[in-house]
Amino acid sequence: MASTDTSAAVRASLAVGLAVAAYGVSFGALAVASGLDVWQTCVLSLFMFSGGSQFALIGVLASGGVAAGPAAITGAALLGVRNSLYSMRMSPIIGGPWWRKLLAAQWTIDETTAVSTAQPTLRGQRVGFWVTGAIIYVGWNLTTFIGALLGDLVGDVRMYGLDAAAAAAFLGLLWPRLRARQPIVVAIAAAVVAAVLIPWLPPGLPVLAAALVALVVGVTDWLAPKAATT
Amino acid sequence: MTIWNAILLASLIVLVLKLAGYLVPPSFMERPGPSRVATLLTVALLSALVVTQTIERDHQIVLDARVPAVGVAALLLVLRAPFIVVVLSAAVVAAVLRLLGWMA
Repeated sequence: MASTDTSAAVRASLAVGLAVAAYGVSFGALAVASGLDVWQTCVLSLFMFSGGSQFALIGVLASGGVAAGPAAITGAALLGVRNSLYSMRMSPIIGGPWWRKLLAAQWTIDETTAVSTAQPTLRGQRVGFWVTGAIIYVGWNLTTFIGALLGDLVGDVRMYGLDAAAAAAFLGLLWPRLRARQPIVVAIAAAVVAAVLIPWLPPGLPVLAAALVALVVGVTDWLAPKAATT
Repeated sequence: MTIWNAILLASLIVLVLKLAGYLVPPSFMERPGPSRVATLLTVALLSALVVTQTIERDHQIVLDARVPAVGVAALLLVLRAPFIVVVLSAAVVAAVLRLLGWMA
């Protein structure tokens, strides 16, 4: 029996899911431009299935090649840490036996958590999670494949501005997170640290060094928003 | 290490991180510290990646067509353009500038 909370959740899922699935084209094209083949690109979207981590992995591999592999893996892993937070938040909502949580884990990302937790009822939250997850998983993998084929046709990365597109993709992922003073200060400080270290450290490591800014500000809770201090 | 190793290992770690949240007791989430660090970690890494993708080439700082392209991307984000429009516009700006021979 369809009720208003369920259909509201489905509408939200469709809106977010279709928009996100479209990013897959840019990921696929950029991954191939970074030196991955079409299969490697598709495996990444199927298995990793977390946009920020995927872009980070190919970004570091693009600048440092296979030699930067460990830095690329570390960058992808650190960006995946926030998914642990989402699964903590989703755990009581998903509920049920362990195998349901096992299935839910792979789909626990920014968008599914956002849609789900925005629904007012538990049933709406569950529908929001599974419908958003299904649309994005199918859409992201299909559009990754299309993007990878396009990237394969394009050839020279720099001539088509794909290197600039990668930078813009990171900026697009960063932008919605800059809503308070603390993250804005961290973003600026991390940018400065990374820029200064570029000539001194091997590719990938300036990015990891910038992560220390988050650790310092996060642990000391410097510049904390007033509402969050307890 | 091959590209395949990097892909499979990183994918495994990202999946384990997703699973980990379902295994920890809910009381862990009540503590603000870990969640604040994880949120800021995402911001710091993305910001550093914007910078390195925009100005790094062959281990050096190189200012080229990527810089105005990312500027246009930022402007479009201020104007609330969709992600795909932002990414494509940056590519077009950089490609056109290079075609004209400016800031190659």
